[in-house]
Amino acid sequence: MSDRPVDAELWTLRGYELVVGLEVHVELLTRTKLFSGSPNHFGDAPNTNIDPVSLGLPGALPVLNRQAVELAMRLGLALNCTIQRSTFARKNYFYPDMPKAYQISQYDEPISVDGWLDLPSGFRVGIERGHLEEDTGKSTHIGGSGGRIHGSDHSLIDFNRAGVPLVEIVSRPDIRTPEQAKSYVSELRAILIAVGASDAKMEEGSMRVDANVSVRLPGAELGTRCEIKNLNSIRSVGRAIEYEAQRQVGMIDAGENIRQETRHWDENDGRTHTLRSKEDADDYRYFQEPDLVVVDPDAGWIAQVRSSLPVLPAARRQRLADLTALQPDAEAVLVVTERGQDEYVLSVAQAGGDAGRALVHVKEAFAEQGDDPLVPAADLAKLTNLEIDGALTATQAKQVLAEIVAGNGGDAAAIAASKGFEAMDDSELESMVDDAISSQADAWMKFCAGDGKAMGALVGAVMKASKGQADGKAVTAILNERRENS
Amino acid sequence: MADQKTGDQIPVAATDISWEVRNGVTRAADVLERYLAEIERRDDDVHAFNLVLVDEARARAAEIDDNVVMGRVLGSLAGVPVALKDNMCTRGIPTTCSSRILDGWKPPYDATIVTKLRDAGAVIIGKTNLDEFAMGSSTENSAFGATHNPHDLTRVPGGSSGGSAAAVAAGFAPVSLGSDTGGSIRQPAALCGVVGVKPTYGAVSRLGLIAFASSLDQIGPMANNVADSALLLEAVSGHDPLDSTSIQQGPLEISKQLDWGVAGLRVGRITDLPEGASPDVNERLEVAFDALRAAGAEIVDVEVPAFTYGLTAYYLIAPAEASSNLARYDGVRFGLRIDAPDTNAMYLATRTEGFGDEVKRRIMLGTYALSAGYYDAYYGRALKVRRRIALDFAQAYEKVDVLLTPASPTVAFRMGDKTTDPMSMYLCDTYTIPSNLTGDPGMSVPFGTGESGLPVGVQVLAPALKEDVMFRTAAELERSMS
Repeated sequence: MSDRPVDAELWTLRGYELVVGLEVHVELLTRTKLFSGSPNHFGDAPNTNIDPVSLGLPGALPVLNRQAVELAMRLGLALNCTIQRSTFARKNYFYPDMPKAYQISQYDEPISVDGWLDLPSGFRVGIERGHLEEDTGKSTHIGGSGGRIHGSDHSLIDFNRAGVPLVEIVSRPDIRTPEQAKSYVSELRAILIAVGASDAKMEEGSMRVDANVSVRLPGAELGTRCEIKNLNSIRSVGRAIEYEAQRQVGMIDAGENIRQETRHWDENDGRTHTLRSKEDADDYRYFQEPDLVVVDPDAGWIAQVRSSLPVLPAARRQRLADLTALQPDAEAVLVVTERGQDEYVLSVAQAGGDAGRALVHVKEAFAEQGDDPLVPAADLAKLTNLEIDGALTATQAKQVLAEIVAGNGGDAAAIAASKGFEAMDDSELESMVDDAISSQADAWMKFCAGDGKAMGALVGAVMKASKGQADGKAVTAILNERRENS
Repeated sequence: MADQKTGDQIPVAATDISWEVRNGVTRAADVLERYLAEIERRDDDVHAFNLVLVDEARARAAEIDDNVVMGRVLGSLAGVPVALKDNMCTRGIPTTCSSRILDGWKPPYDATIVTKLRDAGAVIIGKTNLDEFAMGSSTENSAFGATHNPHDLTRVPGGSSGGSAAAVAAGFAPVSLGSDTGGSIRQPAALCGVVGVKPTYGAVSRLGLIAFASSLDQIGPMANNVADSALLLEAVSGHDPLDSTSIQQGPLEISKQLDWGVAGLRVGRITDLPEGASPDVNERLEVAFDALRAAGAEIVDVEVPAFTYGLTAYYLIAPAEASSNLARYDGVRFGLRIDAPDTNAMYLATRTEGFGDEVKRRIMLGTYALSAGYYDAYYGRALKVRRRIALDFAQAYEKVDVLLTPASPTVAFRMGDKTTDPMSMYLCDTYTIPSNLTGDPGMSVPFGTGESGLPVGVQVLAPALKEDVMFRTAAELERSMS
């Protein structure tokens, strides 16, 4: 897939190439926290899902959640990573919502390494690592400006989130355009949901994206990067990267140096702002967490997790594309797969229907349906066959489908009959075409002279005469035949 | 119901107390009152306790006596008063680590050892003094004042479990629990003339033990005799699913083998042991070797070349872990908070006010050892030394079953003697530290007296989970003294 030529139109800005790597934090859908038995549940009353471990009380000890390890393995395997012997470390820093003043995080020995993610376009983004770590609590700063701790009157801390399991997925700096970055986040989200690792809701913070952005002249060494935080939607991922690239190229053009720093994306003014520079960065004093032991999944466990993985979005798109003779990144394929309705299209085909027509109908008419539409696949199959056989025109089929959807099923032939959609016989259609040639003589002359646009008037006349029931393709065919014979 | 007993009518050994209470010979309440009276009489001078749980202990003793009357089956420590080092969490009861920083904090949960003690029928009599956060070798670094050695009130009891050692030595409790990170059970045991055991790392749950250095900390018993320490260790050991470093096996089995003797055991003498032990201590060690030889053991010379590097490695690893473990005392969620204009100033004021000098010294030392650019030279190298020490001990244990060393280089020293010189204080742990680094068990057995008639302890070391052999050796040394 990766060797297919992709992104022919590379993104460049005044000759500079964009280089982006993404760090994505996702909350795992475990029943309990990473190191304690408190529920992992979003939206509960503050400080109700807490315990001595979540609060970092003296004497409390972490015990690793097996389900979290398994979900991290599922995600790693879905991203084509190697699952390896891994350890936890302490990342030491003071912050009021960090209860122990250190975060337990995998550091130099993460559970997943060296994978990749293929975008729908076929572009391959390398995955450096996926590591397990615990989330912090959540601070709300009251008073002052902008909800920042600095200058606030006081702060409220909710420790419900403290200890919620996260996986941080770090991509290689392979991304070259804002569109690829958006596509990466969207595809990663689809995979997370598919494997059941996370609900990946960016708006609730269960999926959080940081972007490392730099620019360089093609072929040159990597430029100095800035890390962009606060990207709360796929759209802001694209906008922020675009803005940041412009800013960096502007600075280089003005002869300034890019400073390595962490920047904050402001959705309102559409800019990134300095949060802290590298010189201010904490020394985290990482060392191996002595309260936990090595996590070393054996081959049997890994194999068991691998075999329990569902068909992933890329393979599902490919399957649908193969069935419909479309590209895997064709819009209908993307949309229908994202809605999870690709299985349904497959079952329409299995019921003897036409996959291509089914895909179009599902995309157009099933937006309100979930991943398990109520319309029996056999009913849609029947409709597509009536179309293929020429018994129904595309316009008629659409009307019949609307009724089938409204009734959660129905016999296409019976509905067509009740609407009076009798297939016109050839002689009836031919006489209508001949009538049109007579009544639209000017258009006919122009059409014969090779003016393709004139065909519209002729087809339109036939459609009007047939009250829209004529098959446009058949009308065109007769017109062409008449012209050749004239 | 047993008749009321007082004083001399009540046995002093925990094994006897438990037997008599279970069989209705002696009431748990009478046992308790004997110890409470002794505390009342002398603890103002000794200051072994931060808190005596008079009401709770009386209620508990009464409950046990009721159970006896009702014929309920009681555990191995029925009616036995136990003193707990005040770094073990007791639900709803202040747990201070002898530090101001935990001012007002009451744990919302019990340490696993507390649950196990309760299940065994023990009566927790109080929380004992320690060097703040278990950092020290004299119990002088306590925010609540020093503990004194019951044998000579002008001398230290050792540390950091000095309160637990002094409580047993003074007759305030038949047994106690301490914690040992670099010798904090064995050294005070030696100085107070009691038995002190650091079990194999992971044999006793650390859940609810307030961490000093997590990879080294281990809870262990202190007692007047070897059998009582075995009884207590058996009761508190065993797998705890809530401590990831807990060993996956049942409680240790020791007591049955105490009388097996040492005939045929190979007892190692470390020929390259670091020097520094005083003559009286070395003399007692020689007597110990003689006693074991006389009892049928073979004395074998072995080398443990890396032994001598233990102290250096320890004083990097332990402070490094401590700097991280003690970072949570930030004034945000519990304990002391000194208000200040902003968060960083609040952290600074709280920690400046809340921690004593020795704790601050070790936090700084550990922070430095872990810092970017210094990690490899200090912490990283210390870990290599730690592995090397483990290797050297493993090789020695191919030739011998146990090793004998001094527990402390000297007998109890005078209060104030070492408080101005941290290095001299650190040297107290020379002989005890290696077993914390390797995770192997070690214990100190009282073995006569040295200078000024003060107690001397001999240390028995054994490979991981060979507590049974270690205790057999200790029991033989004890027998040879009687």
